[in-house]
Amino acid sequence: MKNDIRQSGRSRNDFTQLLIPIIAIVSLFVFNMLRDPSFFSIALTVNNEGNYVLAGNLISILNSASELAILAMGMTLVTSSSGGQDISVGATAAIAGSVFVSALRNGNITPPVVLLGFLACCAVSILVGAFNGVLVAVFKIQPMIATLILFTSGRSIAYWINGGATPTVSSPIIKAIGGFIPGVPVPTPVFIVIICCLAFFLLFKWTNLGFYTQVVGINQRAAHLNGINSTWIKILTFMILGICVAIAGCIRVSRLGLINHETILAEIEMDAILAVAIGGNALSGGKFKMSGSLIGAYAIQALTTTLYAMKVSSMEIKAYKAVVIILMVFIGSPVVKDTTNRLLRKLTTKKIPAIIERS
Amino acid sequence: MKKLIILALSFVLVCSLFLSATAFATADEIVVGIVNNPPSESGYRDANVKDFERVFSAENKYSAKTFYSIKNDEQLNAAQQFITDGVDYLLISAAETTGWDSVLKNAQEAGVKVFLFDRMIDIDESMFEAAVVSDMAKEGQLAVEWLLAQNLDTYKIIHIQGAMLSDAQIGRSGAVNEQVAAGKFELVVQQTATWDEAKAKEIVESVINSKQEFNVIYAENDGMARGAVAALDEAGITHGKNGDVVIMGFDCNTWALEEVLAGNWNYDGQCSPFQADVISEMIQSLEKGETLPTKIVISEERGFDAATITREDIDKYGL
Repeated sequence: MKNDIRQSGRSRNDFTQLLIPIIAIVSLFVFNMLRDPSFFSIALTVNNEGNYVLAGNLISILNSASELAILAMGMTLVTSSSGGQDISVGATAAIAGSVFVSALRNGNITPPVVLLGFLACCAVSILVGAFNGVLVAVFKIQPMIATLILFTSGRSIAYWINGGATPTVSSPIIKAIGGFIPGVPVPTPVFIVIICCLAFFLLFKWTNLGFYTQVVGINQRAAHLNGINSTWIKILTFMILGICVAIAGCIRVSRLGLINHETILAEIEMDAILAVAIGGNALSGGKFKMSGSLIGAYAIQALTTTLYAMKVSSMEIKAYKAVVIILMVFIGSPVVKDTTNRLLRKLTTKKIPAIIERS
Repeated sequence: MKKLIILALSFVLVCSLFLSATAFATADEIVVGIVNNPPSESGYRDANVKDFERVFSAENKYSAKTFYSIKNDEQLNAAQQFITDGVDYLLISAAETTGWDSVLKNAQEAGVKVFLFDRMIDIDESMFEAAVVSDMAKEGQLAVEWLLAQNLDTYKIIHIQGAMLSDAQIGRSGAVNEQVAAGKFELVVQQTATWDEAKAKEIVESVINSKQEFNVIYAENDGMARGAVAALDEAGITHGKNGDVVIMGFDCNTWALEEVLAGNWNYDGQCSPFQADVISEMIQSLEKGETLPTKIVISEERGFDAATITREDIDKYGL
């Protein structure tokens, strides 16, 4: 009996955690519906290469949020295990993208070369992740401070790899990765996100990584006493984030066939952390829900796309964004969450009001 | 013992001072101290730094000391150090326009002649010999004049701005805003992409999704123009020389000029990072005892049109 109550309480908690990002995204959609129903129209058009492709704001949101979604998933894991955030993801993506481009610029761009370039870029990002992870897990430096090192130096390293300027690559393969595969009307980055989601899903299903990560995040000492190597788990989560960064960097480079170390995924770390927060995950670590972060990422992109569609002026766009973000974070704050939880409980347990009054 | 160490240390210090002084005094080289922003700032800065390295070289009888930072206070320290070292000329591209009064005054007292390049400093003209700068407003003017000369039936413009309130944004937006106020141009949208290529693509995508008509994309740098073009390509809208939409960019990256040559873009405006030759000429004439005709020299800049651009232009002006 007691067990049952706890069980139902937890599922309700899980539900309210997802409720908040869902409310955020649904209210954005409702707002757009009222503002301009044609916001949601999707059309099949022919692009300049003669392929049929889907176009519309919804497709734009799905497509443009890809990098953020992938980074948000990795960031969730790091947040859970270390109780802090990696602020170097944008700068590391610049390094990863630069490695990718310089690998491609060495000769003809063929599928094996692209694959090798991607693997090289993964290797570099994993190394960077391991560096951050060791600083955090072994040397016990606050994640934000540890990753500050690469946050400051990453883009300079990317510059050094690029040898200055903004190198470009052009090839049908790169266009297919960042845009559309001929004959497929859905942008490729969307598929890459789905693959990443599946990979995480299987990782959590087949291994104990998800469970261990949460245990380490909740109580490192208890985890250690139970035989979990918390140092290794933390480093591992940073390395997994490294892979996410490599994928995001490669997508962004492939979109336009260009690497600009200053602008590539600039300030994305803040959006990724925000996605984790909007997803209802505690930034102090512990329990996490990756689906929440994922919805959070799409909510942020939906907001950006909405603001572009509304033609908000250049000087005001940041202010608008700030207001909506304050609202989202406010709705997700523990106090508001508790209140909604209590209200929900009141609504669903009307039969025994006496008990609630007493408690 | 302590005294001995102090003595020895001061001896070393004095020696090093003499050494550096003698190192400077050798031959009839002109000693210049260059304070600039780091080459990693942008492709523009990279070309700028390389230009100065090329001109102020040992072959041209210069001995150059360089310092790069985007931080104004670090630049100020370095400039002061150069003055103490006894350079003949101080060349400055300041990170910020303010705070230079006392350093430049010290330079004047020490007889160090100051040149400003690329960026102006908020200071009286008597404090420096000459300034060689880009006129961003003129760049915009040039581009808009070119656009007006195309005699399009309508001008429905997507205006993609750089980071708001940056020099380049203010200058390049100014000319467009004038024509909008005069009723010649119609703004379909005016939005900042903060120099970000991918954001520029999203902005153009959003206009296409709203099914509004447009026939000009005025992007304030090359990267954002590239992003805009990617959005057009995905939507099946033709652009460039024989296309429906006129594409305009700025900065003259080599790859951008290639796009212009290929006819995919229509116009690319130059922002010249090449100021070293002009300054070197002025230094040579000062050395001969001549006086400089003007205080403010505007770098010569031009725009490249898809109809007239040549391969030589790309080799010469591409960054």
